[in-house]
Amino acid sequence: MNVLSRTLCSFWGSSIGKKTIVALTGIVLLLFLPGHLIGNLLVFLGPDAINEYGVFLHEAGHGALVWVARIVLLTCFVVHIVATVQLTRQNRASRTPYAFDATVQASRSSRLMIWSGLTILLFVIYHLLHFTVRVANDFDGPAYQTTLEGHPAQNVYKMIIDGFSWAPATFFYIIAITCLCSHLSHGVASVFQTLGFRSRKASTAIKIFGNLYALVIWIGFLSIPIAIFVFGYGR
Amino acid sequence: MSSLNLTLKVWRQAGPNAAGSIETYQAKDIPTEASFLEMLDIVNERLITKGSEPIHFDHDCREGICGACSLTINGIPHGPEGGITTCQLHMRKFSNGDTIWIEPFRAKAFPVIKDLVVDRSAFDRIIESGGYISVRTGSAPDAHAILVPKEAADAAFEAAACIGCGACVAACKNASAMLFVSAKASHLNHLPQGQPEKHQRVLAMVKTMDNEGFGNCTNQYECEAVCPKEISADNIAKLNRDYALAKAHDALV
Ligand code: FES
Repeated sequence: MNVLSRTLCSFWGSSIGKKTIVALTGIVLLLFLPGHLIGNLLVFLGPDAINEYGVFLHEAGHGALVWVARIVLLTCFVVHIVATVQLTRQNRASRTPYAFDATVQASRSSRLMIWSGLTILLFVIYHLLHFTVRVANDFDGPAYQTTLEGHPAQNVYKMIIDGFSWAPATFFYIIAITCLCSHLSHGVASVFQTLGFRSRKASTAIKIFGNLYALVIWIGFLSIPIAIFVFGYGR
Repeated sequence: MSSLNLTLKVWRQAGPNAAGSIETYQAKDIPTEASFLEMLDIVNERLITKGSEPIHFDHDCREGICGACSLTINGIPHGPEGGITTCQLHMRKFSNGDTIWIEPFRAKAFPVIKDLVVDRSAFDRIIESGGYISVRTGSAPDAHAILVPKEAADAAFEAAACIGCGACVAACKNASAMLFVSAKASHLNHLPQGQPEKHQRVLAMVKTMDNEGFGNCTNQYECEAVCPKEISADNIAKLNRDYALAKAHDALV
């Protein structure tokens, strides 16, 4: 092993190093969320807007870009999860419980990180099987094909409307996005601390920023199932 | 002079390998001007007169400077007041009829020796691995020989206020020692005298911390809230940064 790979291994093996990796992969996932949200919100501009966006995503860079994005995101996602599960197991092993347990200032979100995170993992698996791999549905069938300026295109609009017309899926979606909001409310601010950019002076600003970020993501993603399932948008 | 009648729920454990349990004691007529440790002294005197084993606990200076006293009181290391050690806590902060839970500073890296006494020598080993600077001995250097910026001096001084009691570990949901290690490391890392061995110090202290079996910080700041010396979690941010830099330096320079 050369020096670089040895350093990477010991970095991964140390508490601070592993947390730094969690923070860095977290940043990649954090940046992905607003992009995904803006794309989704195109559903409110009608079928053509979001279908065109779907075509654009799949054709960008001659179809290579979507794969680059998928590989980067999936790698970060897996590394983020493996690292946090290992860290959590070590943390459980390091602690001896108290008969009288008290918490002074740790937020509820911060204490539920592993559970909100694992719920998000389950959701992402379901979500990818549903919309990307398209198992157990006929999204690849003729009912979900449409035309866009004369060219054949996937009817993403109809996929979303039909997806959120089914109560269990909508319910799971709302739960998962709420877990995501909770996860972000601790995670965003944590990135600053773990990478060493937090100070007492900046802590309030960082906390507000993290909570705001979580809130925008929560409201943004929930607006779609609520509009469709509750108010019947597009149905 | 008013006094209190209290119910104590105390962790009793005969030795390192014995199974401990919570025992209940009635502490009657405790004067409100007694300190928490004096209250335990009174309870112990009565236990000794009855011929039973007194409750063992750590203490030394009894004025908040040595870091020997510990105790997790109602789930909070050094009790509910904040910014003080157990020896500085007074019984007037409690009310008549209260039930008080008294447990040791709990962490796998702090094994119980007896009752409320825990072995905190893991901290000593962390200090040993890097909590020093190498200097020439002999006559004191001139005060102005090395210029120290005021901000750096203040930050170093605040970090150096750590008395190494271990409350941060005891309060942490993950039994992480990051507040202690970061205070000790950044107290030297802030100063020009600490620069030559900075990377080496950070790597060695973090390595020892990990090997001692402390958990990983999850940025909940329970440590900062209970620290009797109010050491800031800013030090943890600095240690995180210094560690990444030291690792990069190690690999690339
Ligand atoms: S006994 Fe010295 S700090 Fe409490």
